Parts: sequence; structure tokens; C-alpha cells
Amino acid sequence: MERHFDAELKDLNNDILKIGTLAQEAIYKSIESLKDRDKDRAKTVIEDDKKIDELELVIDEKCLDLIARHQPMAKDLRFITTGMKLNNELERIADIAVDIAQRVFELADKPLLKPLVDIPRLTTIAQDMVKTAIDAFIKGDIELARRVLLADPEADKLRNSIQKELVEEYMVKDGSASPRAVQLLLIARFLERICDHATNIAEDIIYMVKAQVVRHHPERLKG
Amino acid sequence: MDKNIKMKAQDINFFYGKHQALKNVNIDIYANQVTALIGPSGCGKSTFIRLFNRMNELIPHTTLKGTVSLDDTDINAPSIDPVQIRRRVGMVFQKPNPFPKSIFENISYGLKVNGIKDPDFIEEKVVKSLKRAALWEEAKDRLNDSAFKLSGGQQQRLCIARCLAVESEVILFDEPCASLDPVSTAKIEELILELKKDYTIVIVTHNMQQAARVADYTGFFLLGELIEFGKTQDIFTAPKDKRTEAYITGRFG
Repeated sequence: MERHFDAELKDLNNDILKIGTLAQEAIYKSIESLKDRDKDRAKTVIEDDKKIDELELVIDEKCLDLIARHQPMAKDLRFITTGMKLNNELERIADIAVDIAQRVFELADKPLLKPLVDIPRLTTIAQDMVKTAIDAFIKGDIELARRVLLADPEADKLRNSIQKELVEEYMVKDGSASPRAVQLLLIARFLERICDHATNIAEDIIYMVKAQVVRHHPERLKG
Repeated sequence: MDKNIKMKAQDINFFYGKHQALKNVNIDIYANQVTALIGPSGCGKSTFIRLFNRMNELIPHTTLKGTVSLDDTDINAPSIDPVQIRRRVGMVFQKPNPFPKSIFENISYGLKVNGIKDPDFIEEKVVKSLKRAALWEEAKDRLNDSAFKLSGGQQQRLCIARCLAVESEVILFDEPCASLDPVSTAKIEELILELKKDYTIVIVTHNMQQAARVADYTGFFLLGELIEFGKTQDIFTAPKDKRTEAYITGRFG
């Protein structure tokens, strides 16, 4: 039986996909602006973030409204509460894209410290994780969610090795390189945070689909 | 029997004539907990709850197979007096059913039927029961008024007070709030949560939010079968059976 409520859930679903798309776009543009040292493009990331903030508020309000009016149960309840969490995670991801874009202003006019190798790799992982997490949401696919969770340690490792290289090879050896090295360090940190948010999304989706809490319990993933 | 289990229904099959209303139902009712029975109309939940105090045998042409126990006693054993069972297992119905007597007499009646004559004891019991049923403040100045002068919600609390006076151990509620407004409903729900400290409570309700609010355990009935039984939180956030899921999310039909 199709309920009126289903149409409202579909509408919420579409909004979450929309904020997901906007967040992915923000990451993409911030990374491109960093690669191309393109301050104009970086600016658009910062400006577009306002739209994402607005949409976050709209989605939050819709979720609260659905809970208050329909008092949803079971998978409806899990869908809406997960939607609320995804909404916040995706908005935070977009904020991090803004953080990255802001680094572009610090770096664009200065010579490149070093050819970027690991940061683009970390970027690819972060983008993949976010995309896969959103796909997992669209399809309600636990396997995809699991894949996101399994990718996270790789991101952590890469961040650590970037940090080690920047500190040991640049900051310690040549103090004048520090300002640029710090910017790159921050970017690596931001990318790793994006991976963490993707991980949260994946965990939330496993709860939404299976009603199983894997947050803080990695051992439950195996089952 | 596990001492946490107050009542137990085992292998219950129940028939109205040839029509089978309950099929192989097994359930444990935990002491000092609220157990809610939910399900669509005609699913057998009201028939089932009436088995706990032998109310179905008042209906002609019914057959019960299976065992219902209270503590360790088979309540349908030949030696058992159904009146005693109904004292120990009280019932509150959908429509409040006060006796056509005063508020005071509604409560003292059960005591007198049980052979208690001491007027001081009776008065004390009436006051205590009304207080416990959260009706005292509203009723204390009109104890000799007809019970019919009370509002629906007050009448329902009077019926609860009646169970308390005769020291029921289990209270069965069959749709107790179906004819009440939201404020009276909230009062009954508060009372149920308060009473579970000392009583074991089973409630049949059409209102799933009510089950979610008051019950510790919930059972879902469909076409005479107990489809799923478990902790209320699990039933309402993560039901295991597709039919439970469909019913509680309103996709049924």
C-alpha cells in the first residue's frame, strides 16, 4: 500500500541526494582549485557553501516535521534518523571543502613546495569514499558501506606518511618552507577528515538497512 | 517457572465454535513489566488477553487447548475457583464500566464480596486505592456521588482503583484509552507506568504509539498467531518479521 507518507520520504531522499551531490561538487572544485592554483574557483566553493548550509536547515526541518507528524516506526524511523545524520555529515564535508579552498589563497601565489604525489592519492580515496557512501545510501547496499569502512585505514596511513614527510623533509630541514608545509599538512588533515565523515555515513547506512550498530564496534562488521 | 515470569501461556489454541481464533500461541508475561499486545482488528489479541483471567469461558461454544499459568498454578485446573483468579488478575475494559453505585461503593463492593466486613479497614482501602489510582484529589469530596457523574477518564481510573482494592497482582487492560481524550489517556498511561512497580500489566492497544510509550515488551498478533514478541524498543525500531514491519509502519493491507 502506497502511503502519502512515502511521497514525503521520497522527497526527503531527493533532498539528501541533492546535498550529497553539492558536497561532492564542493570537494571536487576545492581540489581542482588547489591543483590549478585557481583563486577564482576557490572563491566559488566558499560562495556555494551558503546554499549547502541553507539546504541543511531545510532537510533538518523536514526530518523533524516527519517525526512530529507521522511518529515513524521501524525502517521509516531508521531512514529519517539516518537522513538527519547524513545531512549533518554532508554539510560538514562541504565545510571542509571550504577549508581546503581557503588554503588555496595561502598557496596560489607561492612557488610549489614539492610535486604533489600523496595528496592527490589521498584526494582520490576521499572522493571515492564519499561517492561510495552516497551510493550505499541510494541503493541501501551494505556491501558498499562496508567497502567505505575498509578504505578508511588506508586514508589514515596516507595522512600519517604525508605528515611525516612534510615535517621531517621540509619543516625541520628548512624553516622557511614551514608556512607552505603547514598549509599542505592542513590539507592532508582535511582530506582525512572527509574520509572520517564518509565512514560515519557508511556506519549510519548499515544501521539504516540492518538495524545493526557498528559504530565503535568494528568487530561487528565481520558478521 | 522463572520467578520473573508472572504468567505463562503455552501452546494456546482457541476456538469460537469451529472458528480457530488463536493458533499455537506461546508467551511469557514478565513480572512488574508492561506487556503490550498489538495487531489489526480481529487478530485475536483481545481473545488472548481474556484467557489470562478466564473471561472467555463466559462465552458459549468456546474451546481452549493449552495451558495458562499464574505463578506456578494452572488457572484452568478443576480445583481453581475462577472468581479467585479474576480477583488476582483484574481487568479494565475499553469502555469504563463502573457499577451503578457511588464512587465509594464501587471500590468497597469487591472487598465485601470477598468477605471483608470491617468498616474501618474498608474505608482505609478505598482511600488508598483511590490515591494509588490518582483519583483521590478529584473524588475525595464526592465519594457518595454516583460513579456515573465522573468523566470517562475518571471512571476508567475508578475501574483501576477497583482492581487495586482487591489486591490484584496482574492487571489486564483491553484498549483502556480507546474512548478517552489525549489528556485522560496521558493520565492512564502515567498511572500504568507508576503501577508496574507493584503489578504486572498486560495491555491490548490499537494505538502503537501507546504501546511504544508504556510497554517494556510487545507482541504482534496477526490472524490468531503471535508473529513476533520482544522488547518494545526492538519491535518498534528493528522488527525481525516483515509482517510486523508492514503493520507498524502502516503499510498493511
